[in-house]
Amino acid sequence: MVSEEKNIILEARNLSVGYSKKGDDSIVADALNFSIEKGELVGLVGANGIGKSTLLRTLTGMQQALNGEVFLEGKNLREYSPFQLATHLSVVLTEAPASKNMSVSEMVSLGRQPYTNWIGSLSEKDEDTIQSALQATETTALAHRKCFELSDGQMQRVAIARALAQDTPIIILDEPTTHLDIYHRAYVLKLLKKLASEKQKTILFSTHEIDLAIQLTDKMLVMANGETNFESPCKLIEAGRFDSLFPKETIDFDGKTGRFTIRK
Amino acid sequence: MQISKAYRLQFLVLFLVLLVAFLVNLGMGSVSIPLHEIISVFIGNGASKETWQYILLDYRLPKALTAMLAGGGLAVSGLLMQTLFRNPLAGPFVLGLSSGASLGVAILILGASAFGGFFGTLLLSQWSLVIASALGSFLVLLAVLAVTFRIKDTMAILIIGLMFGSVTTAVVSVLSYFSDAEQLQQYIFWSFGSLGNQSWQGVVILAICFLAGLALSIFSSKSLNSLLLGENYAKSMGLQIKKTTFIIILATSILAGSITAFVGPIAFVGLAVPHLVRQFYKTSNHFILLPAVLLCGSLLLLICDTVAQLPFSEYTLPINAITSLVGAPVVIWLLVRKQKLFF
Repeated sequence: MVSEEKNIILEARNLSVGYSKKGDDSIVADALNFSIEKGELVGLVGANGIGKSTLLRTLTGMQQALNGEVFLEGKNLREYSPFQLATHLSVVLTEAPASKNMSVSEMVSLGRQPYTNWIGSLSEKDEDTIQSALQATETTALAHRKCFELSDGQMQRVAIARALAQDTPIIILDEPTTHLDIYHRAYVLKLLKKLASEKQKTILFSTHEIDLAIQLTDKMLVMANGETNFESPCKLIEAGRFDSLFPKETIDFDGKTGRFTIRK
Repeated sequence: MQISKAYRLQFLVLFLVLLVAFLVNLGMGSVSIPLHEIISVFIGNGASKETWQYILLDYRLPKALTAMLAGGGLAVSGLLMQTLFRNPLAGPFVLGLSSGASLGVAILILGASAFGGFFGTLLLSQWSLVIASALGSFLVLLAVLAVTFRIKDTMAILIIGLMFGSVTTAVVSVLSYFSDAEQLQQYIFWSFGSLGNQSWQGVVILAICFLAGLALSIFSSKSLNSLLLGENYAKSMGLQIKKTTFIIILATSILAGSITAFVGPIAFVGLAVPHLVRQFYKTSNHFILLPAVLLCGSLLLLICDTVAQLPFSEYTLPINAITSLVGAPVVIWLLVRKQKLFF
């Protein structure tokens, strides 16, 4: 194969994540190695409690890595100030915004904070970015609604719009499809796919929708007991990486359809 | 995030209402002073009766100014607390801030008699009251904050606030057991809350503290806006949580502490005003909420003070009782109507 031009934007080297309490490290996952290229859509899957959220929290700088390094655009994550990081990486978290009294446009505007002055006044460029973020997520019509009036599906789109308004090359989402119906799950994932391919955003998200992720993502990061694999979905299926994800006596992976079936 | 034109009218109306309330407040009291006399005094022509001029300039004007500063400051500190703790029930009173301030003042007033004599009288200047009160509320806030870093449950914070309230009462009763009647009376009167009897010097000190607290609040408004999304989101947008939290807490304790020192613990203004404002201003942007809360707080306390003087009579009711009588029903009404308090 002709060597592709590699444009690595997010890289983990021998990373181990977990919690450190009074010098006592409890490692949740270790020996993590992967490098994500610009414009890739990457799904992070694994059983509950395997450390997906912990890994994402570490990658977003909300918690310290126990060991190893994370590189963001070639620079060690530790060297970023919170303010610098805010212009490189935005997040969509599982938690709802603390105040639901905000209007949608106010919430999306908050995404511009890293760029605005101390009284947060919006320039024309800020307004444009906000508008295009609303358009990309089809939330323009909701702009004047209050957050407490929204459905879970709409709320998730608004949360993604806020991250888009932050205008960062990387967006990290923690379980963006939880609590959503099948239509919105597909909608959100398709939206992420579109953002990755059209706007060249690098998107990493954790999910339990393994079958949907297999269909849509460029690469997948599969966390299983003791080992973590990072590859394209097809190669992961070939290598049988999904087979060992869950206990075999309850659930089985069918490599041909890319789906899990319940064992009766 | 610009202050949109839609709110200009609301601010103008609010400002005019405040002005009217201010003049009414000056005119009402045990002696009624007509409006044209008030204006005449202000433009330097003097009043037709010398006593009127004296009452206005040396009693009512400092009182009205104190009411406005105290009301506005408490309301702003309530707004800051509600956003910082992301809890609609937060406020200087509920969180034990006022209790902390009371404790500081109790230790100062009652302790001064316990430790006695020369040292005691040295302590009892106006500045020392302010410092004791601000220190008290600052310490309580730090304690509340220490709890919030450990426990994510906001209910726990409110319980801590209540506990500080009980501790204050307990310490005050222990101290009062050992202190003499005069000092005890001084403390009890302070705890009723009173806007009157302020010297011009006191008003100036209060105004300085108020402006300092307000400046810090305005400076924190952008951070407060991002805190509305929650701590993790705020961090992801580059906010330095610890520094911001410290500044907000500093602002609140300067405001609540100094005000409590001068006028005593005043309940409900800090809790109720931000919620009232949210009924009329459909925004959560602190650059709009902050001035609105400031004006409304001033207005509310001015009105409460006018009521407390019982116009055309010689009696003056404790201001704390009036704010509770007004504030508690307002909070209940909001809860019943909206089912839920937002912040």
